[in-house]
Amino acid sequence: MMGEVRNFRVWRGDADGGQLEDFQVEVNDGEVVLDIIHRLQATQAPDLAVRWNCKAGKCGSCSMEINGKPRLGCMTRMSTFEATETVTVTPLRTFPVIRDLVTDVSFNYQKARELPAFAPPAGVAPGEYRMQQVDVERSQEFRKCIECFLCQNVCHVVRDHEENKKAFSGPRFFIRAAELDMHPLDARTDRKDLAVEEQGIGYCNITKCCTEVCPEHIKITDNAIIPMKERAVDRRYDPIAWLGSKIFHRDQLDRPAGHTTTGVATAERPASSRQPDAGSPSTPAEHAASHQAQGEISMNWHREAPAGQAAPVGSDGRLPVTEFTGQMAGAQSPFGDDVPLPLPVDDINYQHPSRTDEG
Amino acid sequence: MTTTATTPAGARPRAAIAAKTLRTDRWWLAPLLTVSLLVLWVAYATVRAFMQKWYFVSDYHYLTPFYSPCVSKGCTAEAAEFGRFLPDWPIIPFAAVTLPFLLLFRLTCYYYRRAYYRSFWMSPPACAVPDGHRTYSGETRFPLIFQNAHRYFFYAAVLISIINTWDAIRAFHSPQGFGFGLGNLVLLVNVILLWAYTVSCHSCRHIVGGRLKHFSKHPLRYRAWGFVSKLNAKHMQLAWTTLGTLMVTDAYVMAVSANWISDLRFIH
Repeated sequence: MMGEVRNFRVWRGDADGGQLEDFQVEVNDGEVVLDIIHRLQATQAPDLAVRWNCKAGKCGSCSMEINGKPRLGCMTRMSTFEATETVTVTPLRTFPVIRDLVTDVSFNYQKARELPAFAPPAGVAPGEYRMQQVDVERSQEFRKCIECFLCQNVCHVVRDHEENKKAFSGPRFFIRAAELDMHPLDARTDRKDLAVEEQGIGYCNITKCCTEVCPEHIKITDNAIIPMKERAVDRRYDPIAWLGSKIFHRDQLDRPAGHTTTGVATAERPASSRQPDAGSPSTPAEHAASHQAQGEISMNWHREAPAGQAAPVGSDGRLPVTEFTGQMAGAQSPFGDDVPLPLPVDDINYQHPSRTDEG
Repeated sequence: MTTTATTPAGARPRAAIAAKTLRTDRWWLAPLLTVSLLVLWVAYATVRAFMQKWYFVSDYHYLTPFYSPCVSKGCTAEAAEFGRFLPDWPIIPFAAVTLPFLLLFRLTCYYYRRAYYRSFWMSPPACAVPDGHRTYSGETRFPLIFQNAHRYFFYAAVLISIINTWDAIRAFHSPQGFGFGLGNLVLLVNVILLWAYTVSCHSCRHIVGGRLKHFSKHPLRYRAWGFVSKLNAKHMQLAWTTLGTLMVTDAYVMAVSANWISDLRFIH
């Protein structure tokens, strides 16, 4: 079926200024706004800049403002507009513009780096993490986030008050904070204070726009921000809760599971293989015997882990936003850039299958 | 080397879009409705709280929630279930012991905060519509930092709901003994919805189980949390319906008490 011609207004410009430009463009059944932007690129405005990737509402790239509402271009059907309606498409307002519909969202990456990552529990070895579904369910909702940053864009705390950007992390990172604070194995107990002091959760006045615009329908306000605010109240504003936690040791509720339930994975060394203090093995045969013994230990979880290498931060004390602005070509090694590969055999905690060939 | 990467270089400007908002829908309708309905309700409640008459039907023991518990020396003796100790002055409502807590419970409620920040304070009036203020510090400072005391008003609201429940039970009364009329249904529906609103509170959800890190260790609290979570999803609807039922209940008791209508009795 032949499409009909509709009116579009698209913001064109860059950091030096810009304006809304009018277009008449063909629209077919079943198309979404991003399709129309692509048709404009193909037919009338070949240099129109737009960021996009999956066209399925899962990559979070094509965030834009359509008729003033923050939306994903690929998830906004043209059938939701009247045939005579002019559709206005503008870049996200909260972030600096690069060109046309493309904005610089590095504010969000910076805020992400400021949030402490998952802290492994002491006394529970990797491979021994056990969590029940009921305990992780709440956190899993927040894992649906596709980082489209529509919530960050719509939040009036930074949208209308640029000066708050320094103190305020935004809804996307409140759900991350809630995810970690509700995580059954996260060892940090200061996340409630961090949410107040570092993330500025007190700036949020729960007007729920983040929830309204979320394309993944995450209940950001009800399930993350308000629970985090209440958790902060426990810690900072509620004298009775504070007293109760001291009297009944309720602060243990915050401890990760490993402290109380999961037994520490003690690698009991079998008596038969227990060696006298022979110092370090010197001959190849002793090496092999030592390796054999280590193999029987199965996993030595409590080996001394090498000290981590400091992150290669720039002059601002932060990691580079992309590898292009970093010191190295390519991404950092997830193992640390000072870790030689393959690892020295004494440093590994499993029996490598090739080890039998060594002797 | 040529690179396509954008190097972050200091503060860069946002897109220069002249229009304050490009929203084309009727975004102003919701805040307008909120303001109108809340102003209407507050006006009604204020008039009724200070009216000091038509609050009690002695035949059937109907007491309006706006006068419960009736603890002023001006109260009818039958209506005063909890003693009479407040001075009888026109500026002191008969239920002056509880009304401030109910007001503060709703004022600090997470739903009402959303409603009045948007409509009265225009911060922001609607999503992606500019905030009407030059600076903004949210709930980080005095006085709004006291919104964090919501849970205390929740505890008070639970106590007051118990009193309201007692009133609804006492109202199964007629001059001959047990009685049941339309007024009882009105009082019952009101008190059930008041409980639903109170229990669906976000602070309640936190207290019954939301604060836990391990639901698996607290199966009962987990079930309670699940129940409150279901109600909590309807907190906004309950906030509005209870305003409605409070007004209807009070108006019904007033009308019966003033003999404008007579109560429809099922059992005398």
